[in-house]
Amino acid sequence: MQLIPCPWCGPREEAEFHYGGQAHVAYPEDPSALTDEEWAQYVFFRENPSGPFAERWSHNAGCRRWFNAVRDTRTHDLLAVYRVGEPMPEVIA
Amino acid sequence: MTASPLAAWRDRLAALAPVLDAAEQPFRSQLTVRVSDPDAIAAMGSALGVQFPSAACTFTSGSGRFGDVEVLWLGPDEFLVVAAPDLQITIEEVLRGALGTVRGSVVDTSAQRTTVVLEGPKVRDVLAHGCSVDLHPASAPGGTCVQTLLARTGIILQVNGDDRVTVLVRSSFAEYLAAWLCDACSEYLAVA
Ligand SMILES: [Zn+2]
Repeated sequence: MQLIPCPWCGPREEAEFHYGGQAHVAYPEDPSALTDEEWAQYVFFRENPSGPFAERWSHNAGCRRWFNAVRDTRTHDLLAVYRVGEPMPEVIA
Repeated sequence: MTASPLAAWRDRLAALAPVLDAAEQPFRSQLTVRVSDPDAIAAMGSALGVQFPSAACTFTSGSGRFGDVEVLWLGPDEFLVVAAPDLQITIEEVLRGALGTVRGSVVDTSAQRTTVVLEGPKVRDVLAHGCSVDLHPASAPGGTCVQTLLARTGIILQVNGDDRVTVLVRSSFAEYLAAWLCDACSEYLAVA
């Protein structure tokens, strides 16, 4: 079982966490101006990199806080975790 | 009087001795406090006579006008205040008074969880059967308070000392947890 380091609680079992998809997807600044295609892009389309990927995770069974993590999608290694509102740290994959 | 969530399990829990002294502490007063302002946190601590924990995954305890009170860290702006039964209404008023106009909330959640106190030299071994948090005394000394999973059930686990642990479990999951505890103890009972 993989351990995920919660920025508040420290390393915990993966089963305590919930995956929240790509991080840093900003809500549209002027929602009413979006076309259907732009809405579809915002709602459904996500990056799918091979390598480091900034994601949202929630520590469901622990402190129940959302945080961000950079995960290498090739190895499932968590390269960094950081709190919501903090910028994505530089990582070496 | 309403039966507590584990009233029907009293004898089966008592039968876990000498491996574990296991007993429910029913109906304790519990209040969930959400607040992040440091001055308000200090004021609430003074009102209770127990300072709120400043470090993640710890709890504080002390005595004040409400007798013995514990404050558990649940999250960076979330705490659980625990005291003897039937104090929740008074404590809620006092904490709301201490909070004043600062943004935050105090909610009576006493019925949400019941408490099981476990004591015995094997307590950490028994819990390790279903808990992935490192319970070695070096990693989880007295004063530790974590929310985690025990046999897939969400719990709050307080370490009171080397051989003593307090588990808070949702009332509707309490019987399942008691049954799991009885099963986890069986191998130690066999050789006792
Ligand atoms: Zn956490």
